[in-house]
Amino acid sequence: MSPTSEIAQLPGVEAVADGCLLLSHRLTQWVGDAPTMEEDVALGNLALDLLGQARGLLSVLGEEDQLAYFRDADDFCNPAICATPNGDFAKTMLRQVFVDCWLELVWAAFAGHDDEVVRGVAAKAAKENAYHRRHSRAWVVRLGDGTEESRRRMLLALDELWPLTAEIAVSGWREAITDVLVEATVPVPAAAPRDEAAIAGCAAARRELLEEMQSLARAHPGATW
Amino acid sequence: MTAAVARAWKLLAHVMDPEIPVLSVLDLGIVRDVVESPDRRSVEVTVTPTYSGCPATEVIVTDIRSALAASYDEIEVHVQLLPPWTTDWMSDTGREALRELGIVAPNGRAVLRIAGSDRPDACPQCGSHDVEELAGFGSTPCKALWRCTSCREPFDYFKVH
Repeated sequence: MSPTSEIAQLPGVEAVADGCLLLSHRLTQWVGDAPTMEEDVALGNLALDLLGQARGLLSVLGEEDQLAYFRDADDFCNPAICATPNGDFAKTMLRQVFVDCWLELVWAAFAGHDDEVVRGVAAKAAKENAYHRRHSRAWVVRLGDGTEESRRRMLLALDELWPLTAEIAVSGWREAITDVLVEATVPVPAAAPRDEAAIAGCAAARRELLEEMQSLARAHPGATW
Repeated sequence: MTAAVARAWKLLAHVMDPEIPVLSVLDLGIVRDVVESPDRRSVEVTVTPTYSGCPATEVIVTDIRSALAASYDEIEVHVQLLPPWTTDWMSDTGREALRELGIVAPNGRAVLRIAGSDRPDACPQCGSHDVEELAGFGSTPCKALWRCTSCREPFDYFKVH
């Protein structure tokens, strides 16, 4: 495989909107259940920022509630990794740093987007994302270069998530992730080829996630607070 | 600035951040523009949100409408995303109000910082520079939780953003 084929294309607005929305909802599943109260708050904050970013982008594409709550699972076009189940805290944090590094490059590219709202969302999100990445990176380093048990879990998370990274390995991503993994003393795998089976495996998780997220809006269309 | 527009700004000085009620929307620096119609019956206010996911934003927009409702027949609140809000836009009055509350204010030099590398200069209780971060994400999106290793008191830090 030539080096260029290992570089993913920059995503469109819809893929980023869907990715932020579904990752946000995944993170909310930790709230009340995180290892410490500080992490409850941190993951809730990350989820809120991602939700706000998703809303901004969805508003460019159409009516945000319609797109979030009334599209069927197969019509979402997020990278699979954004909807993959939380697993343990190591997997959640590794997923987060993978996505944060992707979004950093995405927001930088969207800063020059044709649409003014996309540029606005990107400018704001870039600052928020830097803070998210600082958090996820610190945890990946702490767990990877931590106890025998935390390292074991981080390596398991890497095995599980790596096949999904082909979709988000845009230009610059591998360098950013290598920097994190080296500090975490975790071996950096060879670039992952696109793994259709792994991506398809996430489709069921996405359906289950959306069923939960969309159930209220679908049971009570037009409901307001 | 006409006297009438100045009046609109005065009214906005009473619209407080619901999460940090010592800060008005003017102290926060989120009001970018106020324009009155020539007949002075309608007003347009332009605001820039603080954080993408800040739950206070929608409440603030509603509160701005309420504050102006007695003085204008029509109120439009526009949301402007660019340039993005920064803590550099916070007023000196706002910074002082935070300090009085025991919250370390952002230093007003966001453009100079490396993301996430900023830190409070000193403990708001005893002034010691020996401070450490307890949690990067605090009670609201804009704050982090720190503590002083000299006097042992925890304190909120309004992050440079």
